[in-house]
Amino acid sequence: MTIDNREPDLQAMKPDIPVGIVGYGAYIPRYRLPAEDIAKLWVGPSNRVPVTEKSVAGIDEDVVTMSIEAARNVLARADVNPIDIGAVWVGSESHPYAVKPTSTIVAEAIGAVPNTQAADWQFACKAGTEAIQASTGFVGSGMTKYALAIGMDTAQGRPGDALEYTAGAGGAAFLLGTAEESVATIEGSFSFVTDTPDFWRRQNAKYPQHSKRFTGEPAYFKHIAECAEQLMHALGTKPTDYAYAIFHQPNSKFPQQVAKVLGFTTEQIATGLLAADVGNVYAGSALLGLTAVLDVAQTGDRILLVSFGSGAGSDAFDLSVNDRLSLCQTLAPTTKDYIERRTVIDYATYARYRGKLALI
Amino acid sequence: MQVPRNWRLQKQRYSLIGEVCEHCGVKLFPPRDVCPECSHGAQTLYQFTGMGNIHSFSQVFDPPNGHIENTPFIVALIQLEEGPMVTAQLTDIDIEHVEIGMEVEMVTRKMSDDGTEGMIIYGYKFRPPIVD
Repeated sequence: MTIDNREPDLQAMKPDIPVGIVGYGAYIPRYRLPAEDIAKLWVGPSNRVPVTEKSVAGIDEDVVTMSIEAARNVLARADVNPIDIGAVWVGSESHPYAVKPTSTIVAEAIGAVPNTQAADWQFACKAGTEAIQASTGFVGSGMTKYALAIGMDTAQGRPGDALEYTAGAGGAAFLLGTAEESVATIEGSFSFVTDTPDFWRRQNAKYPQHSKRFTGEPAYFKHIAECAEQLMHALGTKPTDYAYAIFHQPNSKFPQQVAKVLGFTTEQIATGLLAADVGNVYAGSALLGLTAVLDVAQTGDRILLVSFGSGAGSDAFDLSVNDRLSLCQTLAPTTKDYIERRTVIDYATYARYRGKLALI
Repeated sequence: MQVPRNWRLQKQRYSLIGEVCEHCGVKLFPPRDVCPECSHGAQTLYQFTGMGNIHSFSQVFDPPNGHIENTPFIVALIQLEEGPMVTAQLTDIDIEHVEIGMEVEMVTRKMSDDGTEGMIIYGYKFRPPIVD
């Protein structure tokens, strides 16, 4: 059988019923590990570290507890009874259990049980944005009134590996509902995925592996650039139409490079570029950038959000800010509040908090 | 590890859900179904705000099983703004910064686990508010 090579009909994904973000909430743990500390220990290039410092979850924190706090921040901003939430979906690559959902614990803690859908999502660093896309479809088809999508991680990095400089902790939660009651409408989204072996973690492995030559060009840059360009093409927009752009941020350099390639300015990406301060928070990375933007955005602003998940793929979103945003921005701690709440720890404390020491 | 016991208590432990006495209005935590003030039934669930103040505190160096990795940790008596006093761990704060009377808020955190293969137990702790 011959392969049908016709060009696909590329259209932005849009639900039947317009959907938007009804509430949002960030979470970043208190602790910070300076990248220079890691460079000293592992004799790395301390003058070329990829971030200034990374956020580190406390000894009593994991994706469940962090998701609960972000979800409570959502509910503080959205005037919604949690019993009306028809889906609680948590995207992460560091779910505390291999079998037992993070999402049911979060749903229980925020009072959304028992009449709700609950599931955990997994696609490296884009697990959170695919939960948003699914929530958009769930709400936009009329199957439920509200859906809660979370991207949250306590990222793992093998001691001494390049990833250890950046593997941080944090993320964000978003409640999707109808556009008419939203703070920002999702004008459309697009996904671009291929089987690219840039990064993986096997079922029982503690730390991920990465094939270095695939990390940049064939993985991060190709997927983000194609996804962003195709969404903008489908919606008939151009970079200058956007007040803000947010790209997945595994370090500070990659999102700046891809922004330049796509034609976005330094000013457009500055607000949502947090990697220098928190590192790469994986499934929460681009989403935390979005909460930082929503904290300051104004009515009419247009936002481009593009995630990237290894394996590999990107989800792109076009959002436009509504009047309601200004009414809820200060109803919960802002992303900046969490970034400024910082306690620097040394490598030994980090090793203890993240289970890198074995108590025999 | 008592899986059924923790399961029974998870609503109050995750979210600080207690009860309110419909007769005299007293808020109860933990829930006990009978009002200690007026002896009437008190089974109406009540969601506490999670805000309170530190009444007293101490530091634990000799912990019970399941808490060794978290040691030393701070335990405090928290006067909730609705009245009840609860005993809870403090988190996200170092002992030298804890003061009697300081305002704290509830967060849900890992309390303990039953080794690497057992259940993870989540519950309430208190910390200084993110925003003053």
